[in-house]
Amino acid sequence: MKALVWHATNDVRVERVPDPTILNPRDAIIKITTTAICGSDLHLLDGYIPTMQAGDILGHEFMGEVVEVGRENTKLAVGDRVVVPFTIACGHCFFCEKQLWSLCDNSNPNAWMAEKLYGYTTSGLFGYSHLTGGYAGGQAQYARVPFADVGPLKIPAGLADEQVLFLSDIFPTGYMAAENCDIQPGDTIAVWGCGPVGQMAIRSAFLLGAERVIAIDDVPERIRLAQKGGAEVLNFADEDIFERLKALTGGRGPDACIDAVGLEAHGATLDAYVDKVKAAAFLATDRPSALRQAIHACRKGGIVSIPGVYGGFLDKIPFGAAFQKGLTFRMGQTHMMKYMQPLLARIERGEIDPSFVITHRLPLDDAPRGYQMFKNKQDECIKVVLQPHETVH
Amino acid sequence: MTAEVNVAGVERWASALGGAALAAYGVKQMREERGLAGAVIAAAGGVLIARGGSGHCPMYAAAGFTTANGGSDTRAALGARRGVTVDEVVTINAPAEQLFAFWRNFSQLPSFMDHLVSVEQMDYRRSHWVAKAPAGRTVQWDAEIINEIPGELIGWRTLDGADVVSAGSVRFTRAPAGRGTEVHVRLQYDPPAGKIGATVAWIMGHEPSQTIREDLRRFKQLMEAGEVPTIAGQPRGKQSLLNYD
Repeated sequence: MKALVWHATNDVRVERVPDPTILNPRDAIIKITTTAICGSDLHLLDGYIPTMQAGDILGHEFMGEVVEVGRENTKLAVGDRVVVPFTIACGHCFFCEKQLWSLCDNSNPNAWMAEKLYGYTTSGLFGYSHLTGGYAGGQAQYARVPFADVGPLKIPAGLADEQVLFLSDIFPTGYMAAENCDIQPGDTIAVWGCGPVGQMAIRSAFLLGAERVIAIDDVPERIRLAQKGGAEVLNFADEDIFERLKALTGGRGPDACIDAVGLEAHGATLDAYVDKVKAAAFLATDRPSALRQAIHACRKGGIVSIPGVYGGFLDKIPFGAAFQKGLTFRMGQTHMMKYMQPLLARIERGEIDPSFVITHRLPLDDAPRGYQMFKNKQDECIKVVLQPHETVH
Repeated sequence: MTAEVNVAGVERWASALGGAALAAYGVKQMREERGLAGAVIAAAGGVLIARGGSGHCPMYAAAGFTTANGGSDTRAALGARRGVTVDEVVTINAPAEQLFAFWRNFSQLPSFMDHLVSVEQMDYRRSHWVAKAPAGRTVQWDAEIINEIPGELIGWRTLDGADVVSAGSVRFTRAPAGRGTEVHVRLQYDPPAGKIGATVAWIMGHEPSQTIREDLRRFKQLMEAGEVPTIAGQPRGKQSLLNYD
């Protein structure tokens, strides 16, 4: 089959690789009909995530048709159309039973690696370094899905791939970020980053009853899309974000702040440039300027919700502000299986159509070009969807 | 000097209560003119009462092990502080009885202990173990169970004459408020010098506790998820000579 393979920082290629096979009794093999490039894939492209190996197949947002099931998998049948969540969970451990699916004890074959870095292991992830299992990803024509009787969600015939594809990651991720804000009547939610997750968080905050959403970015097409979703937008390139947020909220500050940027924040402030130098010199691993701003701007007793990915060590976090203002922090990889079914219901009821973020549709062969476009925000690129079985034009 | 406490907890109380029942039964037999047998039973009951009361069992001491203080029987079984001791623990979301039953069926141990090839039960107490050794060879030994409390504890050690001198125990204790079962493994081994010693060192690796931790992790994965997660055999692209890490 064909697959998008990581070779080195800024070097991904489409190659012929062997087809996947059933390796464990609860596995399934999916023929992928639609897949996507995620913002977090750019962290891999840019070499920010350790434990990548040349030859790793990327991709964790995919859906398709079941073509083979393992002998212990009684939930799926050949021919089922499914969306596959990016987190892998066993369904039976303490954490799965508590709906903390992304913290599954049993799905990371390299648990020891994660234990060295984080103390305890989290769940396995598709196509996201060996720290989270080294599972081959879904920017490919086929994928093997472990514990496939837990994760994949069956999709009714009436819905198009593009309407449901983002149930694989960004819609539940944006939604959980908004749900973590514990939104009360009258609340103002500030969202740093108007990439695909930020866009989903904006719309989810309104679905959950937010009075106002204020989004922060500097990319014109992303700002326009956020405005279309009902958000007021601040451009960090030419506005003092803290002062503007304060002014817009009667001096109170946002009730909750969402950092939908993560470890590669490109701020326009001095600390952002210092972070860039430090990361380049390996003095810090992550660049958290959006997070600093969110902590500083959040109202007293408010919530900082972090769907943006962090992987290592952060420098100069204003912890004093967080402590003195009594902030609550909520974060982590999305507990996918808790959200997929209810969010599918919202899509079926017509409350939201997550395909609004798609700007580019490419055959898998063009994936390396898609990565470059997405990374450099060329051609107003916000979200790239790939068709693995379509041949190059 | 007071005798060392080597019987603990439930077992100690069970010993005392069981002993009392046995003694009463023995005294009753004596009254019913079955003199000698009754006296023996009553005496045995008396020993159990004493064991329960004092927390010391002369037979346990002779066999060289204890169930008190978290079952430090391995050290005693090997006679002294010798060799390497490994203590590891994992919490598994399953009842103790189920975990005990799986473990007690020794032939199933190779399904999660990577270095084992096979374990064969010779009789109720004795078993024959075959483990991997360098260069595709194997190393073998016989072991016996020296302690068993159903649902709670299994203790074993290698039989005299085995090349590998080791002892181990696995304890199953209930975690609080439905959090499953804590599985505590203690392993002590005393590798002899020479080739066999090198083999044992090879089996246990540079970090014996990591080896046991991975065994316990696979046990947990099997018991909770029904399978051990793997990526061995999945597709991947061409690898360059240099692997980026």
